[in-house]
Amino acid sequence: MTHDELAEIRKAEQERKQKYKHKINVCMASGCLSLRSDLVKEAITKEVDKECLADSVLVSKVGCVGLCSQGPIVVLETKGEVREGITPEDAEAIIKSLGAEHDGGNSNELVDGVVLRLDSKFFTRQKKIVMEHSGLIDPDRIEDYIAVGGYESVLDVLTEMSPAEVIDQVTRSGLRGRGGAGYPTGLKWSTVAKAFSSSGEKFIICNADEGDPGAYMDRSILESNPHQVIEGMIIGAFAVGASKGFVYVRAEYPLAIERLKIALKQAEKFGFLGHNIGGTTFSFTVELRYGAGAFVTGEETALIASVGGQRGLPQQRPPYPAERGLFGRPTLINNVETLANIPPIIRNGGDWFAKIGTEKSKGTKVFSLVGKINNVGLVEVPLGMPLREVIYDLGGGIPDGRTFKAVQTGGPSGGCIPAEHLDLPVDFESLQQAGSIMGSGGMIVMDDASCMVDVAKYFMGFCKSESCGKCIPCRVGTVQMHAILERITDGTATMEDLGLLENLCGLAKNASICGLGQSAPNPVLSTLRYFRDEYRAHIEERRCPAGVCKFKNAGKDVYEEDLEVRDETGTSS
Amino acid sequence: MISFEKPSPPSDDRRWKLVDRTMRQYGYAPDAVIQVLHTVQETFGFLDIDAMNYVAASLRVPLSQVYGVATFYHFFTLKPQGEHTCVVCTGTACYIKGAQDLLDAVEEVTGAKPGETSVDGKVSVLTARCLGACGLAAAAVYDGEIAAKVTPDAIKKQVHEWTDIVEEAAGSPPQGIPTTPPEGPAPQNPIIEGVTAE
Ligand SMILES: Cc1cc2nc3c(=O)[nH]c(=O)nc-3n(C[C@H](O)[C@H](O)[C@H](O)COP(=O)(O)O)c2cc1C
Ligand code: SF4
Ligand code: SF4
Ligand code: FES
Repeated sequence: MTHDELAEIRKAEQERKQKYKHKINVCMASGCLSLRSDLVKEAITKEVDKECLADSVLVSKVGCVGLCSQGPIVVLETKGEVREGITPEDAEAIIKSLGAEHDGGNSNELVDGVVLRLDSKFFTRQKKIVMEHSGLIDPDRIEDYIAVGGYESVLDVLTEMSPAEVIDQVTRSGLRGRGGAGYPTGLKWSTVAKAFSSSGEKFIICNADEGDPGAYMDRSILESNPHQVIEGMIIGAFAVGASKGFVYVRAEYPLAIERLKIALKQAEKFGFLGHNIGGTTFSFTVELRYGAGAFVTGEETALIASVGGQRGLPQQRPPYPAERGLFGRPTLINNVETLANIPPIIRNGGDWFAKIGTEKSKGTKVFSLVGKINNVGLVEVPLGMPLREVIYDLGGGIPDGRTFKAVQTGGPSGGCIPAEHLDLPVDFESLQQAGSIMGSGGMIVMDDASCMVDVAKYFMGFCKSESCGKCIPCRVGTVQMHAILERITDGTATMEDLGLLENLCGLAKNASICGLGQSAPNPVLSTLRYFRDEYRAHIEERRCPAGVCKFKNAGKDVYEEDLEVRDETGTSS
Repeated sequence: MISFEKPSPPSDDRRWKLVDRTMRQYGYAPDAVIQVLHTVQETFGFLDIDAMNYVAASLRVPLSQVYGVATFYHFFTLKPQGEHTCVVCTGTACYIKGAQDLLDAVEEVTGAKPGETSVDGKVSVLTARCLGACGLAAAAVYDGEIAAKVTPDAIKKQVHEWTDIVEEAAGSPPQGIPTTPPEGPAPQNPIIEGVTAE
């Protein structure tokens, strides 16, 4: 494939699309699909055929539009309208409405409560780089991606740039890893590029494990535009000198897997994968590996073990995977969203990217807004946008007339941010200062009916069951911390327990091998920091201010009894 | 190099051909253990000792490694499942929107807690750590198909279609039989057969 051939495909595809007067996009990402958007597409296609409009109306399957909880979503692209909650019965009305004149008037107005305009706040306040084509192109057609400029960056890189120049652009962009830790991507790439491999072999792994409960942006990216991630991988492989790539994707994401498989086949067929890509000497292949339901395998060293067919146990670092990773070779590991940022960075230049975002946090970030919020879904915003805007302008605020209490960011490694910090700009540094982290970008919004102790207990329970058990501070610490939180929500804890809890938090944080144990205390520490009085209410007054905890064992001293029994039998240690 | 003879499958069940195909696809590489176990579970519903032995011998890895992998990952189960599976997502979004109420509702009907199968062998109840369907919380998976915005009544209705255990037992249903450790997602994993994309 050469530049000219690519341009030809692009032109042909664009011309094909321009022939149509109207374009109707039906979201078929997993969210809408589970609300049977496939039937909606079928009905609309039938209606188009019935009205003999097949020459003027194009009905396509697309990826996530972002308004996942209101599905099935249909986008009337040419009319600039997004419709929510569409059923197959609405097909006729939708086709009819195509004929109606565009009102052009008040563009933010909702007609019938089911129409949202593409120029409404929800869309205009976002800045889409990663999700730019999501909801607009068919993820299963490589031609659709090529039509919007896809795979051009690969050819540019292979024919016109040196690996060092590619790394330079990525470094200049200021892109930081989107998988959680926010490590500068350019720096990581140059480390792997410099690393020595005795066999000359290097690997690149795309981390699509996404174990964070409450986050699903990686899934959505893979389901909406897998080619953008593959393109990022090819560029990364060229930059660091890798000959083979792996996508480690969760088995819980069957649709993402299926679309990845299709995309890989197409990329191969079009000559973007395989031998001598673009007529150059560069060769690169990608293989899929499935996760099997363990949160800890998202951690780099555990991921490497798992790709190698082992249990996913983390290793002490150094050596870092950049030096000694998969099969002992230098390995580049990047998150899905990180890689999806690469093609636009190459296309527009690192300096373009560096202009977006804040001083130290460049670019955009995809957030999944979930929990007690009106627009449950995905948004992509420039870093540095105040939390308030994300939650109220894009998220549409809190439903049922309730009030905002806190937002949990960063999943089990993160923390809660209370209402008084709503004006915080969302970037790596400010979140950390507030006692939380960006993590993979899940935002779980909680209203006044949520109990913060219960939330801390939930996350500790998660870490307890997901701990791999390799090191004691994490394996035993999470169990004990969870037990204390259980006693607090049961009404059997004392203030001494609270001290013990804080002690254990420090221990696990400082003495665990990997990030899971090191960050497991974060949800507890951040809720203790901002909602200490809730803990006190539970312990001293045996009262749950939010009315969530049931105090099943209040006043029964279950814990003491437990100890006595063990003492009698003489088996306690 | 010592010559290696591939062992023959534990039985003449034709389904072993699917497992063989996956092993061949990965060139019998030892690092394909997880991929092959996925195929075994997809084909037979669970991993038994014969299967693990066969995989270990074919890929030339110790049985302890195969067993270690099979028990480490939540996705794998060593015991057969009920005819139907009902997976309740317990990810954060679903937890906030009442995943516990759903589990209680299912238990009320089937008597089975997460990781158990109803006594009539009809329904296995499982939980998943996050289906990535947070936009649709609370989510559940019925026999491999995601259901959105599930309510306790809806889940009861679905489970009732599979089992009539409550009528039999008159009153509270009998306890379920443990099958897998809790926190395992659906054994129906449509990786091999395509999912419902079109
Ligand atoms: C317990 C644990 C779980 C993790 N899970 C994920 C994950 O699901 N996806 C991911 O991309 N990174 C995850 N990470 C972070 C990765 O280890 C790694 O930092 C990241 O994939 C690097 O890519 P990036 O630089 O592009 O962010 C996890 C880390 C830890 C400690
Ligand atoms: S002593 Fe127990 S906890 Fe420690 S490694 Fe052995 S089995 Fe595991
Ligand atoms: S911190 Fe926890 S998850 Fe990480 S290695 Fe130790 S026991 Fe395993
Ligand atoms: S899944 Fe359809 S809008 Fe996100």
